[in-house]
Amino acid sequence: MTTEPVRLHYTINGGDLLSAGEASADMKRALKQLGYPSDVIRNAAIAMYEGELNMVIHAGGGEADVEISRDAVRITLTDRGPGIPDVELAMREGYTTAPDSVRLLGFGAGMGLPNMKKYADELSIDTRPGEGTTVRATVFNREA
Amino acid sequence: MKIREIETLLDAKLLCGEDKRDMEVYSACACDMMSDVLAFVKEQSVLLTGLVNPQVVRTAEMMDMRCIVFVRGKMPDESVVAMAREKDIVVLASPYRMYNASGILYEHGLKEAGRSE
Repeated sequence: MTTEPVRLHYTINGGDLLSAGEASADMKRALKQLGYPSDVIRNAAIAMYEGELNMVIHAGGGEADVEISRDAVRITLTDRGPGIPDVELAMREGYTTAPDSVRLLGFGAGMGLPNMKKYADELSIDTRPGEGTTVRATVFNREA
Repeated sequence: MKIREIETLLDAKLLCGEDKRDMEVYSACACDMMSDVLAFVKEQSVLLTGLVNPQVVRTAEMMDMRCIVFVRGKMPDESVVAMAREKDIVVLASPYRMYNASGILYEHGLKEAGRSE
């Protein structure tokens, strides 16, 4: 890979949970093409997928920016949703505020943020009530 | 276990992936919560589920799974099958319920790969 990072940008449509995940799938394809190790690809893809679902479920969509360099995949998810009132609570496995319609699709089990934390090497959440949330997830490429 | 054995053992109909019947799979998980699939399972290759929406295929794709078995006789829309075909994921539909389908495969040697931590 060249030293210049590859940058990807996606607009996440907030209207449709059924089609959520397209950005994550596209990033996964890009990482494969760039020859990233498969475990790094999977960790980054799952972290972004959960984040993408969160933005669709809770924030009416948002923006995703991915910076892929030799040593790491850095994912930034930005939304203008309601914010997370209690981040510590939201990080707890099983805690959820998702509606039943989401659960019918197999999500909303209170695993979104915990899963992001599990698969990302670094995770930071910057949230302001009524203004929105920015989630940054970094997955390191240890083979770099 | 070969995918064609799963097809036979579960009286399943193959909806896509005809060319991958001889592919070997080594582990499976059975789950209707996609969040749990994303949380607890690693290096698995078969997903048994009673959900038939596109996010099942998306979840399988994220987890690098090779085969989805829809249980309880549920049939996915053609759009769901088309999505799986595009991602090289085999889709089977079985009349068995989840518990029986899982038990049959387990008995024949297809175990769980991951465990919760």
